[in-house]
Amino acid sequence: MDVATFLIQCLNALQYGLLLFLVASGLTLIFGIMGVINLAHGSFYMIGAYMAHALAPIVGATFGGGFFATLLLGLVLAVLLGYLLEWVFFSFLYEREHLQQVLMTYGLILVFEEVRSLLLGDTVHGVAPPDSLAGTIALGQMMTYPVYRLFISGVCLGLALCMYLVLSRTRIGMMIRAGSTNREMVQSLGIDIKFLYRIVFATGVAIAVFAGMIAAPVSSVYPGMGNSVLIICFVVVVIGGIGSVRGALLAALLIGVVDTFGKVLLPQASGVLVYVLMALILLWKPDGLFKAG
Amino acid sequence: MNLLRNSLIAACVIAAPMAMAQSASKLKVGLMLPYTGTYAALGTAIENGFRLYVAEQGGKIGGREVEYVKVDDESDPSKATDNVNKLVKRDHVDVLVGSVHSGVAMAMAKVAKDTGTLLIVPNAGADAVTGSMCAPNIFRSSFTNWQPAYAMGEVALKQGAKKAVTITHKYAAGDESVRGFREAFEKGGGQIVKDLSVPFPSVEFQALLTEIAALKPDIVYTFFAGGAAVKFVKDYAAAGLKKGIPLYGAGFLTDGTLDAQGADAADLLTTLHYADSLNTARDNSFRLAYAKTYKLQPDVYAVQGYDAAQILSIGTVAVKGDLSKKAEFAAAVEKTKIDSPRGPFMLSKAHNPVQDIYLRQVVGKENKVLSVASKSLADPARGCKM
Repeated sequence: MDVATFLIQCLNALQYGLLLFLVASGLTLIFGIMGVINLAHGSFYMIGAYMAHALAPIVGATFGGGFFATLLLGLVLAVLLGYLLEWVFFSFLYEREHLQQVLMTYGLILVFEEVRSLLLGDTVHGVAPPDSLAGTIALGQMMTYPVYRLFISGVCLGLALCMYLVLSRTRIGMMIRAGSTNREMVQSLGIDIKFLYRIVFATGVAIAVFAGMIAAPVSSVYPGMGNSVLIICFVVVVIGGIGSVRGALLAALLIGVVDTFGKVLLPQASGVLVYVLMALILLWKPDGLFKAG
Repeated sequence: MNLLRNSLIAACVIAAPMAMAQSASKLKVGLMLPYTGTYAALGTAIENGFRLYVAEQGGKIGGREVEYVKVDDESDPSKATDNVNKLVKRDHVDVLVGSVHSGVAMAMAKVAKDTGTLLIVPNAGADAVTGSMCAPNIFRSSFTNWQPAYAMGEVALKQGAKKAVTITHKYAAGDESVRGFREAFEKGGGQIVKDLSVPFPSVEFQALLTEIAALKPDIVYTFFAGGAAVKFVKDYAAAGLKKGIPLYGAGFLTDGTLDAQGADAADLLTTLHYADSLNTARDNSFRLAYAKTYKLQPDVYAVQGYDAAQILSIGTVAVKGDLSKKAEFAAAVEKTKIDSPRGPFMLSKAHNPVQDIYLRQVVGKENKVLSVASKSLADPARGCKM
């Protein structure tokens, strides 16, 4: 591998890692901080991707179009969906066993998949990136790099920074962290923890949907796409340490590097390398890289 | 959904003895196809094709009315043996039709071989189904993974390629396809520089595209289908490789995916046993009937479903509806030319189609035929002792 190829592979690793963080960040909130095992996380991602596909023509007809207008509309719908789901389903689950959370969120996967199939069919779709970001940059003589991928990386970094600042530097972040440690105590201090958690949950769903919408132009839109990201999202959150945004970011980047170079240098084992990494890190640090609180 | 379906099936089972007493002559067809997941659209197309042929025969085959029992196999090999056993032992189907996923089809072939139940595979291309697993009661209306790949190896040589890189998902279908390509390509003096693969179902190709750019082969051969095919074709174009290194693929790369791939798929060359513009009388009448019935354009999967029903019909008519006469059934199917929309074909001794493989090019939203890449190509059926 020459130097130029090595550098491009490093860029690939970084970019894939950031994309993983984007997809897993919603789970960091819901699973990591709220402690709800949410198997339906992949479905939220899938819903986002299908929104990017299905809303674009509607937005085009009413507001004159635009990728970012679609994104905004999708986010609003996602917050509503998250708020509603928390109110109707998840709010009953905090005190229950994890197994019941698993069962219910698994049920949600089936429901979402079937609704998707009924509403939008089972065919594969592509989503075009916005014109302003559709270009490419030349890398060496053979390759070009799509600008949109670099844009995604930028969005991920921005999102990571926002989440970190809100959770660790603001009053509301403090309340959320306190709530994850001791619900009753926070409530007895006069904070409406129920409402707060509804907001956190809705935000988690919104981030997952946002990730799906942003990733749609590079990942394409197809049935079952949510399930394929679900496991890797849990790996990111577990390696990073439950509830830690910093940890999730670092874990995602680590997985990006291992996966990218694994595919090139050890192709026979590339399927398991990420899980070997997880096992090693958990042996070394059973709580993940950064244990919050 | 599965729960609902299972309970419906359970209800059918309870009702089955009654139903059987009334109509012992119904021909029970067990459709074991993916109705959910990545391959859901393929399962539906196969069923549509199958039903279309049965409907054209007035809903009867060999004088027996056709009744369907459906199971969603979810493209999950770990559930396949249970699912197929349900159809065979509980629902007592006369014939099994399925499936898309090779792993599932292998489980079905095993059960069919053990129980002697008639099996028609309408898609899965696993070489072994009509290779080491071949049996008098197992038929296939589609292809082996080897067939389009071998034809593409010859095409690549004719285009003057000397060095190739292959890339696919690391699973049986991908490996078999790459082996078929390699066999033809190396036989003609070509060299495979490197076999690249990503674990199934990962669709993160960026690292391997960089690898391809560094290796600079004359061409790239690929086997991807469905969502992965869309993503690969788009990533390949976005990485700027398409203009420098031609991408060749087994036809699934551009089948049912062209809407999503858009301009990135333009001009791609693929090989398959079917295309969008055959423009034969047989194909045109099939396409018209299909479009009228389902308000959809048919694809290669619909054709394979249609031909699965034809195979069943030929055999059943020959034994006058008595499917216990397995030897006569097989003999009739083996010596009859099947009048398929893809062009007429015969089944080989191992019961796989001996068929023309077309070289196709993506023009607009269609896979147009350029030429016949390989005339009457027969799978070598390695390991078949029959």
